[in-house]
Amino acid sequence: MLNQYPLWRYIFIALVVIPGLLYALPNLFGNDPGLQVRGTRATRVDTQTLENVTAALQAAGINPREAALDDGSIRFRFEDTEQQLKAREVVDDALGNRFTSALSLLPSTPKWLSSVGGNPMFLGLDLRGGVYFLLEVDIEAAYARQLQSYADSSGDLRRILREEAEVRHRGVNVNRSGKIEVRFNDGASRAKARDAIERLLPDLTIEERDGESPLLLLSLSEQSRKEIRDSAIDKNMTALRNRVDELGVAEPLVQRQGDRRIVVQLPGVQDSSQAKEILGKTATLEFKLVDEEHSVQSAIDGRVPPGSKLYKMRDGVTDILLYERLLYSGENIVDAAATFDNQGGGGAIVSITLDSRGTLINQRVTGENVGKRMAAVFVEDQTEVQRDASGKPIIGEDGRQKLVTRRLEEVITAPVIRDQLGKRYQIEGLDGIQEANDIALLLRAGSLAAPMRFVEERTVGPSLGRDNIKQGFRSVTIGFVLVLIFMAIYYRFFGIVANVALALNLVLLVAVLSLLQATLTLPGVAGIVLTVGMAVDANVLIFERIREELRVGNTPQASIHVGYSRAFSTIVDANVTTLIAAIVLFVFGTGPIKGFAITLSVGIVTSMFTAIFVTRAVVNYFYGGRKLEKLAI
Amino acid sequence: MEFFSKDTKFDFMGLRRYALILSSAVIVIGLLALVFRGLNWGLDFTGGTMVEATYAESVEITTVRDQLRTAGIDDAVVQYFGTARDIQIRLPASEDASDAIGASAKVMDALHDAFGENLVQTADSDVQQCAKAGSTETSPCHVQMRRVEFVGPQVGDELANDGGIAMLIALGCILLYVTFRFEWKFSVASVTALVHDVLVTVGIFALFQFEFSLPVLAAVLAVIGYSLNDTIVVFDRIRENFRKMRRGDSVEVMNVSINQTLRRTVLTSVTTLIVVLTLLLFGGEVIRGFSIALFIGVIVGTYSSIFVASPVVLQLGISRDDMLAVKKEGAELDAIP
Repeated sequence: MLNQYPLWRYIFIALVVIPGLLYALPNLFGNDPGLQVRGTRATRVDTQTLENVTAALQAAGINPREAALDDGSIRFRFEDTEQQLKAREVVDDALGNRFTSALSLLPSTPKWLSSVGGNPMFLGLDLRGGVYFLLEVDIEAAYARQLQSYADSSGDLRRILREEAEVRHRGVNVNRSGKIEVRFNDGASRAKARDAIERLLPDLTIEERDGESPLLLLSLSEQSRKEIRDSAIDKNMTALRNRVDELGVAEPLVQRQGDRRIVVQLPGVQDSSQAKEILGKTATLEFKLVDEEHSVQSAIDGRVPPGSKLYKMRDGVTDILLYERLLYSGENIVDAAATFDNQGGGGAIVSITLDSRGTLINQRVTGENVGKRMAAVFVEDQTEVQRDASGKPIIGEDGRQKLVTRRLEEVITAPVIRDQLGKRYQIEGLDGIQEANDIALLLRAGSLAAPMRFVEERTVGPSLGRDNIKQGFRSVTIGFVLVLIFMAIYYRFFGIVANVALALNLVLLVAVLSLLQATLTLPGVAGIVLTVGMAVDANVLIFERIREELRVGNTPQASIHVGYSRAFSTIVDANVTTLIAAIVLFVFGTGPIKGFAITLSVGIVTSMFTAIFVTRAVVNYFYGGRKLEKLAI
Repeated sequence: MEFFSKDTKFDFMGLRRYALILSSAVIVIGLLALVFRGLNWGLDFTGGTMVEATYAESVEITTVRDQLRTAGIDDAVVQYFGTARDIQIRLPASEDASDAIGASAKVMDALHDAFGENLVQTADSDVQQCAKAGSTETSPCHVQMRRVEFVGPQVGDELANDGGIAMLIALGCILLYVTFRFEWKFSVASVTALVHDVLVTVGIFALFQFEFSLPVLAAVLAVIGYSLNDTIVVFDRIRENFRKMRRGDSVEVMNVSINQTLRRTVLTSVTTLIVVLTLLLFGGEVIRGFSIALFIGVIVGTYSSIFVASPVVLQLGISRDDMLAVKKEGAELDAIP
């Protein structure tokens, strides 16, 4: 019997279609006004915070529909925007500046749906409105600094030449092409030096040159360049994330792009110049000795001894007295990482690496002060818009919003100096790996890795975001309807079957995009529109083949059979080439273009599935196994 | 309903000389336009700053330009992009990249200043709010920022580079694929058709000075992939007919093949054109260039499948023997799903 599908094929199709409908469903639900609370500067949000905030809200007569703590932040859901705005003020008052709150739109997906992973599609900035920045880290500066620290008088190079190789040299300096030049008296010294350097300084690549005197040219190896690059980007990203948290933006994105760039996305932000200003600033670190001679209590009472200053520790409660003298600062820190102490007790430690200047100072200070405590102070200039009693921004006489800058200084940690330290040292006695991570994070956030600059910005205002969604939606709807009408008129019954497949195709496309949580952009919507037009190609191919077979004189059943089988390889061929183009676009494209590539690729796959399998199934169901006189085609 | 109840019998191959003349003419005009007018490169490739703003009432371009000049911005290009209330301001890329990022803020400030108001970042509203100096009252700004784009110079160069490479890689992959599925004469012919499509599209963009931005490049790439569909369908039929038809020389076989697939070629182009026209009319000005590129691409792509790809195959001396070599491979892939 021709054209009869075995049952399992129908089941298979159902197995694809029903989850498809399910996962496309979340997109039909709207959004609720929400509030997101996060901690800044490595402050943790926990159940205690949740209790405090909930209590504060209830005291103010606000009852959130939902309050959830997950993934380091608290999310509240409200009935309306009025409650949402009021809640923000209450929360900000209750929590102070260790936490930020951000207004957000939370999808109203019902619990049963989201628990199986059903989420609405993720909208790109061009559909939501917001700011996109691309920053580039000046890696060359980082390389230069590292190389310089070898060449410095306190650096490792001279020490090795002197003590390990035991040779005299006629000069060490960085030449114009950025390499370290070491001049020797003779070839023998150079050979000895080369040996020692190869052995002890694996980060450097060595070249020999003969000038007026034998030379060694040293530069950073590819491996060490990569390490510096990764570390610099990591530190800059940490600093940026820190800053972005303070901006109070819901769902921000900070991501590495390529080998030296960082993407920052701030949905909902409209004033990009303010964002730029705040992101451009970085925090710093100050290392000072703890003043243990004088009484902290009397300082609190008002009698601060000259040369010292009162600080608060990170917990916001404990006071500590530090000598004002700055020992070294964050720019002398090359790296700070949290690890486990392999040699000691096995507890969590923070391992700090300093540059040459920091090493020098550290050696001297720690040598003279064993047994005393040294503190790391986190310093940040926080710029905020000044608001009046009702929360509205204050405008100054010059017409600009009044910005108030507060200098935040808090002591991250103040460990005891066990013995004289040098380039690398550890901070021990921490509460656990969590605390170690926090401290390392703050140290990295406060240490300038390499200068960054903005190389790209794309800001979309709220009105354009709205327009884009409207126009995109309209295009899809109109295009879809026009194609439906055309197919129904031109191919009659088979046209309607094709239309069913087309509708299903769209549903599957939306479902896959939602599941992947791929970002939908305006070109992405155009890709969906294009898919609608291209999806019918396959059906046109099949139906025209069927018509041809009928014209030649074949029976209806045979025509259907031949139509589908002959067209199959052609359909695959044709779609594969578009798929190739879409994949190339995906690999090379960024942002909006990637969105287009994704919708096009997924659309091609789903349209092949629906055009071939689903229409065949429907046709077989209606026509299969019967005797046919005519076909409504 | 059917448009063609019988197979048409156009002598397509006979027209190929005229097609060659037409294509050459269009390409030459396009190349001339490229040389003398150049492409209207978008910001993505040139670098620079672009600000789009919408006013509450219509505004004069000269007024805006004067406002910018007062703020010290002299080299701005100001034009309408929609109605007389929509203004687009472009600043060229500057060598001093350090504060180029701040240029857009300067522009918006200048525009706000003309109304004596300043932007106030408020909670997620659909409309930007402003306040006058010294007050806390906010109201919708007279000038609404629609979008801002800044592209640093090296990023622009990179995007242009990457775009070119992407194009070449796509063409290369397609060449390989078609060779694998058919044989080399077909792949040379199809690549020729694709290059023809790209040249015509780019030429038209140069002629009418449509903005050539990154999405336009993406559209051209998508068209490359898509226009091959038609070409492959025709080639497929040609291969089938070479094997089936005992009589007839190459010209006849190809004519018959194209006539047989004409219906299908026209129809799929029609359905795709329906949606592309929808995009063009309703998609909005942000993807205008993209939609135009798709529109031109689909039309030219269909034309080139018939009048460029097939003649080239013919010229390369396609014959029945070429088909026998690929027979085995093709047969096993014509399977039922």
